[in-house]
Amino acid sequence: MATEPKIPDLSEVDTPPNLPTGTPMVQFDKVVKRFGDNVVLDHLDFSVEQGERVTLIGPSGSGKTTILRLLMTLERINDGVIYVEGQPLSHMDRGGKLVPANERYLSTVRKKIGMVFQQFNLFPNMKVLENVIEAPVHVLGVPKDEAVERAKKLLDLVGLADRVGQHPTSLSGGQQQRVAIARALAMQPDVLLLDEVTSALDPELVADVLNVLRDIARTTTITMLIVTHEMHFARDVSNRILMFDKGRIVEEGAPDKIFSEPENDRTQTFLRAVLEER
Amino acid sequence: MGSFLSQLSQSWGNIGSALVITVEGTIGGAILALVLAFVLGLMALSRFVVVRGVARTIIEFFRGTSLYVQLFWLYFALPVLGFKISSALLCAIIAFGLNFGAYGAEVVRGAINAVPRAQWEGAIALNMSPFQRMRLVILPQAWVAMIPPFNNLLIQLLKSTPLMSLVTIADLTFEAQQLRSATGQTAWSYLFLLVVYFILAYILTLLMNALESVAKARLGRGTGLRGIFRMRPADPTGKSLGAGLAGAGTEIEPVEAANLTSKTMGAGGPGGGGV
Repeated sequence: MATEPKIPDLSEVDTPPNLPTGTPMVQFDKVVKRFGDNVVLDHLDFSVEQGERVTLIGPSGSGKTTILRLLMTLERINDGVIYVEGQPLSHMDRGGKLVPANERYLSTVRKKIGMVFQQFNLFPNMKVLENVIEAPVHVLGVPKDEAVERAKKLLDLVGLADRVGQHPTSLSGGQQQRVAIARALAMQPDVLLLDEVTSALDPELVADVLNVLRDIARTTTITMLIVTHEMHFARDVSNRILMFDKGRIVEEGAPDKIFSEPENDRTQTFLRAVLEER
Repeated sequence: MGSFLSQLSQSWGNIGSALVITVEGTIGGAILALVLAFVLGLMALSRFVVVRGVARTIIEFFRGTSLYVQLFWLYFALPVLGFKISSALLCAIIAFGLNFGAYGAEVVRGAINAVPRAQWEGAIALNMSPFQRMRLVILPQAWVAMIPPFNNLLIQLLKSTPLMSLVTIADLTFEAQQLRSATGQTAWSYLFLLVVYFILAYILTLLMNALESVAKARLGRGTGLRGIFRMRPADPTGKSLGAGLAGAGTEIEPVEAANLTSKTMGAGGPGGGGV
């Protein structure tokens, strides 16, 4: 993967939605999330346009991962509303009133979102190919041979075409993470959430994973929300950086501006700490 | 000794059919117990408090009362109330199924809870329904952890089958007692019985070990069928489960992994676990 990345045919992978102009892909409206007494997100407002790549940075505990987990419906919000393509995610409309979403409703909105986890979360009871095809077959109802064909394309895209028949446990961390990326893309999400996807990897395995993601960012119009400590990667792929502290956005802007001339004190301190560590 | 052996060879046919009865009671009870274990174990994990309550009541009742009394109740007390179960063997199978099903339900519940939370979340992120999460992702992994405790229960069940002789069933214990009264050889008769139960138990253990090896191989770990005699030392690296489930560098046992993830993930349910 270190050589010049090939540009794959991703026409099937990514289906940009036809949004009415002005409708954000993702919108947080005064979102509050608490764990016990600990307020993680404090009336958070922000939105992400279709096709935008937004990286969330900030010290640990600032709520970045929680934002992704809320979008993936792995956590429930305490107050406010999250919209995906203008449709409420956390709530559903019942007789003109927004009530907390039930499982059936969640599944209709959740299908627009895909997520890649820090710890990959591959299923050890399935081989590599099955990890990628099971959800398309069972959840989307894609015929099996079609799912297999698409899965092979995706595994080729992440450089693992020759590993289809292996158990995830026999792969390196970087390879497992690339399978996890293929698995998320196989569900054809509109929004891809990347939650510290290289944090669990040995340093020499990080580059392969980031190159795959750069490929995807370059060749598709999929919307991405990224939480990462890889600042070079963030700079390469992002349209916008959001700097979080204590559950609020303290600064936002284009990568060039945030990384070169951050205005906020906390952004400056944070970036200095992160970049010195590298 | 001589009279014992000649009596043994004379009653070989009876002992054969007694062996069949013992095996029937064991297997029948085990099948019913397995079904009940899954039904009750899954109910005990339900989101709905009423479903959980029903499961807990049944589990605690049949776990907390004596198998001996349950069997007598089915065989002697129910007919008094006007419900007669057609055969004594069926009574025994129902009693074994209820009693060991209650224990098994806790095995099922525990094994499902021990599957790392990350696996639930991976399944939710692929938009699987609660049923699909359970069937495609969680149960196939939990199954491996269920087999050793199921093996314990299966052997316990086998060793409970002598109770059948108390409700007129001519099982192995019944035949051994016949042998004893015919020969007066108490020690030899019961030694014979010990050996036969041990052989049966060991056959069950080997079968369950084989099942476990196959199940482990499906998760990409395990030692193949050579592992069924359990002669290997403990695996201090914990390689058997760690990497694939919890991620690189965290080679830990499933229960610990579950504890760790639930601690680090903070509060909040996995978007409605269970079925």
